[in-house]
Amino acid sequence: MIAIKNITKNYGHGDTEFQALKGVSFDIEDGEFVAIMGPSGSGKSTLMHILGCLDTPTSGTYHLDGKDISKLSDEELAEIRKDKIGFVFQSFNLLPRTTVLRNVMLPLIYAGVGESEREARATKSLGDVGLPATHFLHKSNELSGGQIQRVAIARSLVNNPSLILADEPTGNLDTKTGEIVLGTFQKLNKEGGRTIILITHEHDVAEHAKRIITLRDGLIISDVQNHKQKIAHVSHEVQTS
Amino acid sequence: MTLKDTLEETYAALSANKTRSGLTVLGIVIGISSVIALVSIGQGATASITSSVQSLGSNLLIITPGAPRTAGGFGASLGRGNAKTLTEADADALLAVSNVAAVASEVSGRYQVTAKGTNTNTTVDGVTSSYASIKNLQIDQGNFISDQQNTSLAKVAVIGPTTMTDLFGTDAQAADAIGQAIRIKGVEFKIIGVTVAKGGSGFTNADDMIYIPALTAQRFLSGDKYLTTIDVQAATADSMTQAQSDITDLLLTRHNISDSTQADFSVLNQADILASVSSITTTLTLLLGAIAGISLLVGGIGIMNMMLTTVTERTREIGLRKAIGAKKSDISRQFLIEAIALTLVGGVIGILLGSGISLAVNLTGLVTTSISFTAIALAFGVSAAIGIIFGWYPASRAAALNPIEALRYE
Repeated sequence: MIAIKNITKNYGHGDTEFQALKGVSFDIEDGEFVAIMGPSGSGKSTLMHILGCLDTPTSGTYHLDGKDISKLSDEELAEIRKDKIGFVFQSFNLLPRTTVLRNVMLPLIYAGVGESEREARATKSLGDVGLPATHFLHKSNELSGGQIQRVAIARSLVNNPSLILADEPTGNLDTKTGEIVLGTFQKLNKEGGRTIILITHEHDVAEHAKRIITLRDGLIISDVQNHKQKIAHVSHEVQTS
Repeated sequence: MTLKDTLEETYAALSANKTRSGLTVLGIVIGISSVIALVSIGQGATASITSSVQSLGSNLLIITPGAPRTAGGFGASLGRGNAKTLTEADADALLAVSNVAAVASEVSGRYQVTAKGTNTNTTVDGVTSSYASIKNLQIDQGNFISDQQNTSLAKVAVIGPTTMTDLFGTDAQAADAIGQAIRIKGVEFKIIGVTVAKGGSGFTNADDMIYIPALTAQRFLSGDKYLTTIDVQAATADSMTQAQSDITDLLLTRHNISDSTQADFSVLNQADILASVSSITTTLTLLLGAIAGISLLVGGIGIMNMMLTTVTERTREIGLRKAIGAKKSDISRQFLIEAIALTLVGGVIGILLGSGISLAVNLTGLVTTSISFTAIALAFGVSAAIGIIFGWYPASRAAALNPIEALRYE
């Protein structure tokens, strides 16, 4: 489903030119749960931006669902993001002073989905991430960190994307709530068959994925199946907190 | 994104910071309301000045003597209006001109007037009977001067209400003034009528006047056979220009003057007075509107300032919206509509406030204001235009943001 070949990305010009990615290639199939791991400066953020269609590579090709999107314009990339990609960010990026339900419906507004269907799909997404229905009409700033990140995951799911990209989703959370979020991803991958790419610098977080790609200095240094996938331990009372 | 969604987003965004939105709207409210209030005051003043010029009489042509001619062009000029060139015979001849409906002669001067221990100095106007109808003069009590009183040199007078109170005290009744005697330049006159208050007409106060028969004025006051003014009423407003040139031709012939630049009289057209008065008031209205327009401009800059701040504050939100698929046009439309919503809300409140101020000024009685729909439409259009113009730049800045940098913005 995802095929990238020899992707490079250069920033700056002349003396200040800097190559963040030096030729990266891999394929990701439908239903995979991949962690892209590496220390800061390894090029993983740049790779995430390219995979998320927020940026285009300097050279190389990127096929998503069979379509080459490495040379598309900004407006065409916006279309791809709208239909095929769901983002989860480290800093959540929910709209403040806005209800949970409306936050989750936001991508559907841009996709032009009708009002009644919007609400139904948002409700289903929120159910999939295990947020209690009593919280749907709360303002996003009234929730706890774990709940906020699950709302953000629900938002990434709502347009039924081919790919969910999570950029350090547990970075702003304590270990316990981080486990809840990782458990949510595992459940979505296992039960919903969602394709998930998790970008992280923490080995412990990457261990929750089924495959781990490690980057260093703009190159892949390892790409292995994780046979010892760590299963997030989530007790019921923690999940609803 | 449907219109309803856009409006909901706009409401949510603007109500998120109510104080700031309110203050920004206030700038537009002040701008729009001052445009409407000042323009309505200006237009009200124009209307009231125009109506007082019209109250001088309708379709009026005023003939006054020119400057006395000096031999060979040397010598000191005594100034226009001082020559003694117009006579009763001229006035009678004018009646024969086509398009002339009525002619009245005037012999006016200022004299000391006394009555039972009080005295005043006022304009004494020797007039013929048609003067009252030509000048829209209404009689409150008694009668106006008749032709018979004129030819018989009757020493009768019709006085204005202001003159009446000057002579007989502020609580004098018009009915009581009738039959009283007054002395003008030592000659005794009997009051036969009092005019209805007309209000000041800009140049002379029609309420502070004494009217006596024209021939009586010539015999006892001026002591010569000349007229100071001939008032002509044209048959219709359209025939005024024609009547004006016919009268000029006739008087030139009667005075044996071949060169019209040497005319010893001048014919003033009421329409000319109206035109010059209204050009002055229109300029004043424009000036007021322009001053108010500056405050509207400042209000618009306030909108731009607020929108730029908003775009900076909401950089991450813009980044998020772009990440989940919003196009440039979606982002710029959202911010543009926020700016337009601010100006339209300000515009509506401003129109209400401006109309309210205009009505309040009306109630004070100082100026009769007239709220013009042109001004309202203009103010509304300008506020919408300000929203678009001043909202466009912040909106395009928002739309041009790079989503990656916007998401990282702290």
